[in-house]
Amino acid sequence: MTTTAFQEPVRQETPGAAVREPRRRTGRLRRVSLPYLLLLPALLLELLVHLLPMVIGIVMSFKELTQFYIRDWGTAPWSGLGNYKVSVDFDAPVGKALLHSFFVTVGFTLLSVGLCWLIGTAAAIFMQDTFRGRGLLRALFLVPYALPVYAAVITWVFMFQHDNGLVNHVLYDQLHLTDKRAFWLLGDNSFYALLTVSVWKGWPFAFLIVMAGLQNIPKELYEAAALDGAGMWQQIRRITLPSLRPVNQVLILILFLWTFNDFNTPYVLFGKSAPEAADLLSVHIYQASFVTWNFGTGSAMSVLLLLFLLVVTGGYLALTSRGRRTADA
Amino acid sequence: MRRFRAAATGAVTLSLALAATACGGGSATGGGSNDSPKTLTYWASNQGAGVAVDKQVLQPELDKFEKQTGIKVKLEVVPWSDLLNRILTATTSGQGPDVLNIGNTWSASLQATGALLPWDAKNFARIGGRDRFADTALGSTGAAGKDPAAVPLYSMAYALYYNKKIFADAGLYKPPATWAELTADSKKIQAEGKSALGAEGSNLAENIHHVFVFAQQHGAGFFTADGKPDFTGPKVVEAVKSYVDLMATDKVIPPGDAEYAQNQSVSDFAKGRQAMLLWQSAAANLKSQGMSEDAYGIAPVPVISGTPGSGTQVDSAVMGINLAVFKNTHNLDGATQFVKFMTSDAEQRILNKAYSSIPPVKSAQADPVFGTPGTAVLKNTLATSAAALPQVASESQFETTVGTAVKDLFADAAAGRAVTTDSVKAELQKAQQQMPAA
Repeated sequence: MTTTAFQEPVRQETPGAAVREPRRRTGRLRRVSLPYLLLLPALLLELLVHLLPMVIGIVMSFKELTQFYIRDWGTAPWSGLGNYKVSVDFDAPVGKALLHSFFVTVGFTLLSVGLCWLIGTAAAIFMQDTFRGRGLLRALFLVPYALPVYAAVITWVFMFQHDNGLVNHVLYDQLHLTDKRAFWLLGDNSFYALLTVSVWKGWPFAFLIVMAGLQNIPKELYEAAALDGAGMWQQIRRITLPSLRPVNQVLILILFLWTFNDFNTPYVLFGKSAPEAADLLSVHIYQASFVTWNFGTGSAMSVLLLLFLLVVTGGYLALTSRGRRTADA
Repeated sequence: MRRFRAAATGAVTLSLALAATACGGGSATGGGSNDSPKTLTYWASNQGAGVAVDKQVLQPELDKFEKQTGIKVKLEVVPWSDLLNRILTATTSGQGPDVLNIGNTWSASLQATGALLPWDAKNFARIGGRDRFADTALGSTGAAGKDPAAVPLYSMAYALYYNKKIFADAGLYKPPATWAELTADSKKIQAEGKSALGAEGSNLAENIHHVFVFAQQHGAGFFTADGKPDFTGPKVVEAVKSYVDLMATDKVIPPGDAEYAQNQSVSDFAKGRQAMLLWQSAAANLKSQGMSEDAYGIAPVPVISGTPGSGTQVDSAVMGINLAVFKNTHNLDGATQFVKFMTSDAEQRILNKAYSSIPPVKSAQADPVFGTPGTAVLKNTLATSAAALPQVASESQFETTVGTAVKDLFADAAAGRAVTTDSVKAELQKAQQQMPAA
């Protein structure tokens, strides 16, 4: 066995060596510090844009912050854990409403993410084979994702109108599926209206990611499976889904976080006071902060939401990593 | 690597959740200066049928001001739905306009933030004195006993707008004066296949203005004498129920109006789809939507019985727009000059005529332009039978919480669910519990 060792050049005592030494040290310092210097602007921006406001938000959650102090929130009196106690007192109205909103958000998120993933995956698998018009169809699929959120959601608002909306026109006037014109932006139906828009808006992203994931699955696997007599469902179950596992892991996490925190869709659909059935946490916290001007309580609710998301994300990562380790073994 | 990935995901999570967490900072700096004497930023509320209409009305006046003073005014017309949030954000950041319009009902709430310049005797003297303004309008400029947080700019009142042709077709030749008459007339109108009364069930502010008047007519208020919320008293419940019952029981408001929030009921009325509309100073809006002034009549808002009169039966809230100066202005002198200009007799005539409102400046009010029969109804209402909304610090929260309660009750009514005394009380109780502790 031969080994090659890096040999330091023999240092020769020459006149001038004393001058060269600091220069070499400076060069090494520059080499070592360069990556950090390059990262510095990003780190500073991260600090300014994300970390600092978050710390401010956390500080606010411990303050009795109402309109009397908003102009100089630093002078607001400390409330200790008061805002947190109010938020998690589920027998009192504020806590009860927050808990209701939490359950609505969880239900909505699970359904929306599930449907987005299902539709996106089905569409991606369908689009795997080449056929005439595939490019056009693919472009059309991506339209909801490419449209500005406000423009897209406001169009849905028009479509969900009770008297003149397209949804009631189709369901009631044309297909006679409902016995009267339904309200979609008020009452219990608002949940389904919100879910529809969320899925419509979200599935193209799932489609895009799954489609990219599918490109990495070797065709030979399918050819071999086909030779072994595996049908389409078996190929999907045995090859496609296991191969997509790492992609799905990230995709579902991102969809979950986006959907759980989605503010734009419910706000544009329902305005500042969402119906109870569609009272998502994001709008609920907005209401607590900006509608009733209880900024301290709103901040406490945000911190609780942050903690919940961290726990769920951590749990999800631990679970999926363990699953992958087991699969790898 | 795994640890790094977890950390990265955690960081992403933090960033996403942060959007909700960060409420922004803020500091109270300054009490106004004259650092930029040649410019002013003005946030005007959306008064006309659209932002473009407001720009058309206001820009020539701002040009006139620039010619007179050399101060350039940068105009931004802010839609109603955004205005309160924009003011709140400006208050928090300290980076607001120099001069801004505020809804007169928000005066006490915004006054409590300390962001607006108080109009003490010295400041009033710079714009010609407090006595120039009508007392009713001054009643909605801030909490009692404190210097006003703004000065009145446009005054408005609610009235009943009715379509003369639809009324004539139904054999009706005078507008209803009481709610019982309104319901009876509505049946006749509906028998002719027309819709009776329009409403904006999802517009929180509209809901508040109406239930406030109903509460006054029932001899009740939403706040105690010392400014504490009191939303669940039997008379308040009865009043709110009687307003929602116009849809739930009396069926004079169509269920579809429950989701109206963008002035669709004004469009319905302007297009002749609806016989009646309860609205504040609607003439300019109706005109811009193509409705001729001859096509409709204006009458006082109905009352429970008899005729309205000051202190007995209120038939409108004191509505209007106030003009405020942001305390952090960098052109305090210019801002005061601008307020003086906008409240001058000449400008009051031009602007209030354009917006079909009433000048809160007494000397401008006397102009014959404001003496037409329609305007006379509004002027008389303001002078004799309108009441100011409670000037308490939590007024804006009251508008949104109780406004939402009424919106939810309208949703129940529209869906055919019973609106009972208990359900009304439950909604109002929820609204009260959301109010910040005083």
